[in-house]
Amino acid sequence: MDELQQWVNKDAVYLISAVLFIVGIKMLSSPESAALGNYLSALAMVLAVGVTLLQGGITDFRWIAIGMAIGAIIGFAASRLVKMTAMPQMVAIYNGLGGAASALVAISEFLRLQGQLAPFLTIVILLSLFVGTLTLSGSLVAFAKLQELVSGQPVVFPLQHPINLLGILGALGCGVWLVFHPGGMEYFWIVAGVALVLGVLVVIPIGGADMPVVIALLNSYSGIAVSLTGFVLENNVLIISGSLVGASGIFLTTEMCKAMNRSIWNVLFGGFGLTAEGAPAPATEIPGGGAVKSYSVEDAVTIMENSSSVVFVPGYGMAAARAQHQVRELGDALEARGIDVKYAIHPVAGRMPGHMNVLLAEANVPYDLLKDMDEINDEFKHTDVALVIGANDVVNPAANEDPSSPIYGMPILNVEQSRHVMVLKRSMNPGFAGIENMLFYRENTLMVFGDARATLSKMVDAISQD
Amino acid sequence: MVSVFLIGIYVFVLSVFVGFEIISKVPPMLHTPLMSGTNAISGITLVGAVLAAGKGESNLAIGLGIAAVICGMINVVGGYMVTNRMLQMFRKKKEAGQSNG
Repeated sequence: MDELQQWVNKDAVYLISAVLFIVGIKMLSSPESAALGNYLSALAMVLAVGVTLLQGGITDFRWIAIGMAIGAIIGFAASRLVKMTAMPQMVAIYNGLGGAASALVAISEFLRLQGQLAPFLTIVILLSLFVGTLTLSGSLVAFAKLQELVSGQPVVFPLQHPINLLGILGALGCGVWLVFHPGGMEYFWIVAGVALVLGVLVVIPIGGADMPVVIALLNSYSGIAVSLTGFVLENNVLIISGSLVGASGIFLTTEMCKAMNRSIWNVLFGGFGLTAEGAPAPATEIPGGGAVKSYSVEDAVTIMENSSSVVFVPGYGMAAARAQHQVRELGDALEARGIDVKYAIHPVAGRMPGHMNVLLAEANVPYDLLKDMDEINDEFKHTDVALVIGANDVVNPAANEDPSSPIYGMPILNVEQSRHVMVLKRSMNPGFAGIENMLFYRENTLMVFGDARATLSKMVDAISQD
Repeated sequence: MVSVFLIGIYVFVLSVFVGFEIISKVPPMLHTPLMSGTNAISGITLVGAVLAAGKGESNLAIGLGIAAVICGMINVVGGYMVTNRMLQMFRKKKEAGQSNG
């Protein structure tokens, strides 16, 4: 043990570890190399933590061992038990835990070095505490919304922005005081408390369909918190891996915002889906007196059987109904009849980036059939049937045509260009944003009402009976 | 002291650029595994957590360290394992036929 300790250079191992993290993420650029990339990243983690245990000057390993065992058991069980439809919630919780770990280390360092902190160190400890705590409470609210423990609707209250601003200024004041008077524990706790409350206040006004942006942003915060911890501990591997996570979160956040044609400020502070008075957005005038064509499962199947190409367009409704396996069965049944089947995925379909892809992969849909919006949008005009399963705003043609619509300018899947559009829907209730979907009233659109999962099962049965 | 932090800032800025460069190459199909994989990477705080738990001088500092170890370890183990579970599900057409689903 002693020989091993002398022989291993801690900083060299940290360097190898940082390189492996980067290579691991780089290998996520293709589904073929991604799994190996994940193993390399895990190896990087084992190396970094291993060398810290070996050379960190730690004398008492008992508590560490107990903590690691508890964490490993919980992590293992969670990774086995979580349903793929619940991945957004799981990522939300992990963001929160990352933030919590950073905040706890910051508190522990502050206690250890109390009264003898250099100004720069005080600043990074406070930032690490603030960002970590905010990430924790914000992520818990995001989790509660995704798990539907609280309403997914935006919750707005008067003086929202002034209260938030007051909190930030208060925390800033305490921080400045602490830089000049190191050791004022009560001010330190005030900063933590403000961050805890702010995390709740910032996430609670954001609606369910905007959760992809929020999760990505909190993901980024958890990475920034790790980087700040790296500054506190003067450890480069933490700075590097934290900044990778931070960059990833920011990248995904901007991608999601682009896909909704909204700015990050509008998502965070817009209270989307509510007008200034807090009432639902007014309904637009509906052509044709609001009549939709409702079809039976059998009639819908007849149309599909007589087509040569079908594109599935899944949305959050597919996840909510856990219908991904039925989608795949229907796809297989159609393919067996020589019909060309593809899957069109909008970047913000579902509750987190890539949500639909993972669900369809779970149902064993080959990934070469999963098409991004840019790949598939030109194909709809040559498509016989676009089958919309629980998607709403991402296929609303108002985004292209109606400048008065709140979603005008948002890039959408151009399903309305297909010869037939079939919409599987529970009822005529408008989507999250309360925006009427003109697609449902189109000449070439037919609705099949009912639970998506049950409807799809009936469709599969109807096809195999012939 | 200041120069150590300055080097840290160099490292931070450069790796943000590297991060953007490699992450923009990840296809949207893999964005969920990317998020859970980066969740696992943020468990690297474990390095700070074991130092806090192993070298803390007061019971409070040790207690906080253990709590951080638990949080970090959940992220690491849960994050990598669930990412692996997801990545194993992505199959090409010819392979998908043979799997158990």
